[in-house]
Amino acid sequence: MSTSLSGPGSAEQAPGREPVRRGLPRTPRTARNHAPITATGLVVKVVLLGLVAGIAIWAAFPLVEAEHWVGLGILAATTAGLFYLYLSRRHIPAKYLVPGTIFLIACQVFPVLYTASTAFTNFGDGHRGTKDDAIVAIQTSSVRQVPGSTEYSLSIATTGDPATGPLVFLLSDPKTREVFAGDAGGLRKLDAGDVTVSATGKITEAAGYTVLNFGQASGRSKDITDLVVPTAGGAVRSNGLSRAYEGKAVRAYDAGCDCVKDSETGKTWTADPANGSFVAADGERLAQGWKVNVGLKNFTRVLTDPDISGPFFGTLLWNFAFAIGSTGFTFLLGMAIALALHSPRMRGTNVYRVLLILPYAMPSFAMLLVWRDMFNTDFGLVNDLFGLHIDWFGGTWSARIAVLLVQLWLGYPYMFLVATGALQAIPRELTEATSVDGASPWQSFRAVTLPLLLVALSPLLIASFAYNFNNVNAILFTTEGGPFAPDNPRNGATDLLITYTYRLAFGAQGAEYGLATTVSIFIFAIVAIVAAISFSRTRKQEEVYS
Amino acid sequence: MRIRTAGVVAVLGLALAASGCGGGDSDKPAAKESAKAAGGKLVIWADDKRTAALKPFAEEFGKENGVTVEVQAVSKDLQTNFVTASQQGSGPDVVVGAHDWIGNMVQNGAIDPVQLAAEQKSAFNETAIKAVTFNGQLYGVPYATENVALIRNTELAPEAPKTIEDLVAAGKKLKAEKKASEILCLQSGQNGDAYHIYPLYTSGGGYLFGTAANGDYDPKDLGVGKPESIAAFQKIAKLGEKGDGALKRSITGENSIATFTGKKCAFLVSGPWAIADAKKANIKYDISPVPGFAGGKEAQPFVGVQAFYVAAKGKNKALAQEFVTNYVTKPELAVALYQAEPRPPALTAAFDQVKGEDADLAKFSEAGKNGQVLPAIPAMAAIWDPFGKAEAAIIGGADPAKTITAAGKTIAGQIK
Repeated sequence: MSTSLSGPGSAEQAPGREPVRRGLPRTPRTARNHAPITATGLVVKVVLLGLVAGIAIWAAFPLVEAEHWVGLGILAATTAGLFYLYLSRRHIPAKYLVPGTIFLIACQVFPVLYTASTAFTNFGDGHRGTKDDAIVAIQTSSVRQVPGSTEYSLSIATTGDPATGPLVFLLSDPKTREVFAGDAGGLRKLDAGDVTVSATGKITEAAGYTVLNFGQASGRSKDITDLVVPTAGGAVRSNGLSRAYEGKAVRAYDAGCDCVKDSETGKTWTADPANGSFVAADGERLAQGWKVNVGLKNFTRVLTDPDISGPFFGTLLWNFAFAIGSTGFTFLLGMAIALALHSPRMRGTNVYRVLLILPYAMPSFAMLLVWRDMFNTDFGLVNDLFGLHIDWFGGTWSARIAVLLVQLWLGYPYMFLVATGALQAIPRELTEATSVDGASPWQSFRAVTLPLLLVALSPLLIASFAYNFNNVNAILFTTEGGPFAPDNPRNGATDLLITYTYRLAFGAQGAEYGLATTVSIFIFAIVAIVAAISFSRTRKQEEVYS
Repeated sequence: MRIRTAGVVAVLGLALAASGCGGGDSDKPAAKESAKAAGGKLVIWADDKRTAALKPFAEEFGKENGVTVEVQAVSKDLQTNFVTASQQGSGPDVVVGAHDWIGNMVQNGAIDPVQLAAEQKSAFNETAIKAVTFNGQLYGVPYATENVALIRNTELAPEAPKTIEDLVAAGKKLKAEKKASEILCLQSGQNGDAYHIYPLYTSGGGYLFGTAANGDYDPKDLGVGKPESIAAFQKIAKLGEKGDGALKRSITGENSIATFTGKKCAFLVSGPWAIADAKKANIKYDISPVPGFAGGKEAQPFVGVQAFYVAAKGKNKALAQEFVTNYVTKPELAVALYQAEPRPPALTAAFDQVKGEDADLAKFSEAGKNGQVLPAIPAMAAIWDPFGKAEAAIIGGADPAKTITAAGKTIAGQIK
């Protein structure tokens, strides 16, 4: 007990657990909330609070840098709240609840809300950033070298301090040996006598300027990239640190018409705020778009697009069959083995148990790949072993059976483990009592063991169902959703909703996160409804049997 | 007691907080100082193999120029990670990857065009420069090319087949003599493989995208589903499971090279990456272009290019441009990268240098001479999956016309 952190913690836990021997004499002290403060407790408290402060400071720097004042406010308030809570002696229940709540918010609530909010946007490839990002990208990617213009050798120089002074481009034309100085004001010709030009054509010294070496120059990378020396035909821009070229941004954004103009072809692309892209009159869309709110568009698309909603119900049906089959078969096999090993007449149970748990100990993704190769028509172990020539993943039903077999092999050790645990918790007196009453082993199993097992295992079965309902790996690593009908490459016989969504959202022209999150919200709703129904039924069962 | 405890906690807490603070502070000036002394930092992202090859050169570049260069290995989903990170402002300055990423990286504003002088451009293999050109702009500096070829076991098949029909006849003979169990190792799997079947598809007359006026692929002119593509797949169907049995869905990306090195098939369609395995298995092999159908068009494999890109949102763009345009264009680096993974260098000088030591290289390069540049337009992403599945279905015996028409429809629906 010397390690008790702040007295009340250990004291409060105690009464409920062992009320008779230790709890009673302690109760009066607990009620006063005055537990002794031990050195260990103090150190733990200091270290934990110090860590909180450290994390807060570590997180504050990027927030300040990005000017996320709201985030900084939340951070400061949370940290201050935590310090107040654990330095004060009051608010005992909050001391227990707050850490869990913070983790719940950070790891569950926030991601769910973030996902849900993405569903209302067109976030995806080509629509990741803001409109300004898109405009910058369009303009930069349209910078072309002015035809026939000079390629200069470049030296970066300054008239002031190398780290802060205003930058000047010292340019030399390798053909004519003419030298220039350029800054935002334009290009000036320098007197050849004032400068020293190296053999490679680079200016190494110039009167009135400090030439920056590579190290100094690269420290000012952003200033160099931003410096554009205007010329008649366009502008001289740096290309790295040792060359410069005369380039011209062919496309420019015009805030007046909210459009992008191409100065060579005269074509314009007007902003379409509903879709987050610049569109020309002929329907041509610039690739660089931006993220916008699209409202319920993704939801209506899921419901009305025949490509998505058409195969939806067929897929949903198989999805249920897969999840129920994976859970059900593994449970039946796992329970059967657990029952067999539970029999008091069984010898060497430990050896069997270790052997049975082996599949569970291997990484499932590697096993999935091994199983995929084992089902190969010509080279697979399954066909070789049984002398078959079945195209397992080529036929609808054989592929479905194959994935369920793989699931069975991967999943039964888990069910065996939990069933063993639950069986050991069922008192043998109960089954003995039924046999005294003249029940057959089967009757006693049906009437006593199974219901008690189910009470204990129902939550696990529901969890397993929910997991298998979205078991991407089981499908992507084996059949990849196939086999596909020749005239329908969109939806395969073993596709789950999640693998189908994956193909929809990421298989087409770039990733569409907005659409993907929308479908996952639908999937979430389905799983939540199934879980809610099952839990309410379990509760009824518990009431009957407890 | 109570007050004292609170006081001790507060003081210790503050001390720890200060140390956290101090940690942050001491980090910053140090970085600033080294920035002053060493100039700046260049961060490069590459996959595992190339990271190892790049490191010594990056360090040398750093030493020469007084800057810090960090090469970070991103072993999985490099492109996706790069696009996401650069959107958040935590991306690298330079990224190394395949040229067919360009379309997606450009539409996400993740990379900037690079400017190469005319004499720098002319030092590269023409196809490689064409591959990294997108919308009329050069977006990367290529360093290696890759394409598939026909690798054959010379003990089983001494003569390079001139046509697919010759190949099938030779393969069938070997099968009848029980010297091999498969006619041809061309990976397909249950969901097809557009990359490996492409030479046969082009030989049959099919195409993916037409060419726009500026020389780029035109996503509006989709060749899949057109009569030419149906004709090509009718020829491919004859090689399939219901025909000659040369193409099989049971031959997958995982087992095709192993089946070849296990001497179960005499012919393998694969790239330079298969050579290491063939050498390890002591197979006597030779490399020739993938043959086409008799009387058909030339079989054109896809040509892919590996390149260096300048990140649009990098923190040190000037240095990144310097590295990519003036340092990557040196043959020494290309040779080192070749030694890390033997793919033909894109720099002609580097290629000539390693050609002498490695005869396979020239043969692969020869096989890819008339290849087609793998389209870098974003629309290409919509091709892979439906095209592959159609291929697998047709190899399995499905009706080519119906299958390819459906695939064409699906692809067209996904192209925006």
